[in-house]
Amino acid sequence: MQYMILIYGDERNFAALANDAEAQKQMYAAYTRYGTEMRNAGVLRGGAELKPTHSATTVRLKNGRPVTTDGPFAETKEQLGGYYLIDVPNLDEAIRWAAQCPAAATGSVEVRPLGMSSVSV
Amino acid sequence: MLTHAIDSICRSEGPRVLAGLIRRFGEFELAEDALQDAFEKALAHWPTQGLPDAPAAWLTTVARRRAIDLVRRRASGPVYTDEPPDLAAPEPDDDASAPVVDPGLDDDRLRLVFTCCHPAIAQPAQVALALRTLCGLSTREIARAFLEPEATTAQRLVRVQRKILDARIPYEVPARALLPERLQAVLGVVYLVFNEGYASTEHDGLVRPDLCAEAIRLGRLLVELMPDEPEVRGLLALMLLHDARRPARVDDEGALVPLEAQDRRRWQRPAIAEGLLELDTALAQRRRGPYQVQAAIAALHARAARAEDTDWPQIAALYGGLLQEQPGAVVELNAAVALAMAEGPERGLAWIDRLAENDALRGYHLLPAARADLLRRLGRLHEAGLAYAAALALVRSPAERRYLERRLAECQV
Repeated sequence: MQYMILIYGDERNFAALANDAEAQKQMYAAYTRYGTEMRNAGVLRGGAELKPTHSATTVRLKNGRPVTTDGPFAETKEQLGGYYLIDVPNLDEAIRWAAQCPAAATGSVEVRPLGMSSVSV
Repeated sequence: MLTHAIDSICRSEGPRVLAGLIRRFGEFELAEDALQDAFEKALAHWPTQGLPDAPAAWLTTVARRRAIDLVRRRASGPVYTDEPPDLAAPEPDDDASAPVVDPGLDDDRLRLVFTCCHPAIAQPAQVALALRTLCGLSTREIARAFLEPEATTAQRLVRVQRKILDARIPYEVPARALLPERLQAVLGVVYLVFNEGYASTEHDGLVRPDLCAEAIRLGRLLVELMPDEPEVRGLLALMLLHDARRPARVDDEGALVPLEAQDRRRWQRPAIAEGLLELDTALAQRRRGPYQVQAAIAALHARAARAEDTDWPQIAALYGGLLQEQPGAVVELNAAVALAMAEGPERGLAWIDRLAENDALRGYHLLPAARADLLRRLGRLHEAGLAYAAALALVRSPAERRYLERRLAECQV
């Protein structure tokens, strides 16, 4: 069964890294290791880092016409920063992988099963 | 009379059968519907056919048939005719003719226990699901137990069953590495149920199911399923020893009777005996834990023939040990009271005054109540009165309120 691992964190922590090359290097290394482990275990189906929310645009329809607003859908303390898509037998397995995500130490990692209808390319 | 006997059998065999159905079909709601159907058939047929030798096997066979039927109907679309009721006794199938006690069944109940208390489920939902599937309480009974509207409980149960399905919470006993933590969660749920039953009193006109009895039933089941886990026995011992005192806890006017004033002849000796036995068995396994320590404290009270025979120094020492394993404001308060009983009210009072600064105890009526009690023992009645008044502002249970009001009146003489 497929689950999304959704990575939430306070972007200010992320921004602080821009001034600390060493810390940034270590962070990316941790994520690379994480992805590799999932790949080697045969559970990884996809994933990506998202650019910070200042680059986000939200689209809604008003009177049938698209209206765009600058920024994410809602202002929250922690914002969505990335995702992984994994395929594992049950929630316990998904939780086990989510707990190993580097973001779990400083932010929140949400585990959500995919619904009945999903498309794949 | 017969209906009562059948109800009783269904109640005691129900969880076992349900657990097996969940294992086989993978769905709570389906299993429950099928089991309910089997119960109805039992009520309809056993009076005329007689009680079966192996009620669990009978219920399992009938429920399985019904579950298969329900699954088929789901797949094939609308039903055109109602199936005629199953009038004949069920044919023994392979499984039913197997030995009465299926070793797999016990594992199923254990799986059910851990699934109910999975960390992905919010605790109130864990409690509701455990009471439903393991104790066989109806939605209405669970709602009454927690003093919430039936619709709220019903929704809670529907949501949790959906979550288990949608998120695919596995129906299994956790892996060895996760077991200690998961077991703690299970014991926490059982203890919560017990405390809810123990600390509350009957609300006028509303009879609540005996949550203490249900928690003890769960405790016994857990001991049966996990005989080598001493903390499980420790919890059962703790609950039995506390429950044994219940008949003496409330007087004829509905006021709480403190431990030292209780008529110990009203304590239930068989429950005490069972509790002490479970504690001894647990301690022999030489893996101490918080529930065993709390049970040991309860045991010291149970063993004292009169209040004045209580071994308070030993109790104070046990609380000291408990604080190291499980630090917490409430435990500290109990430890302070024990110290006061062992070494004099001033010692306890000093500790409690320090605790009063702890935010965690801000709304907790037992803090000012304990202060009041120690002040009263020291003859400082004016201050005691103020403290009893402070406790009255926070207390919730009617029985405790009456007790505190009485004490306040004594101080104001």
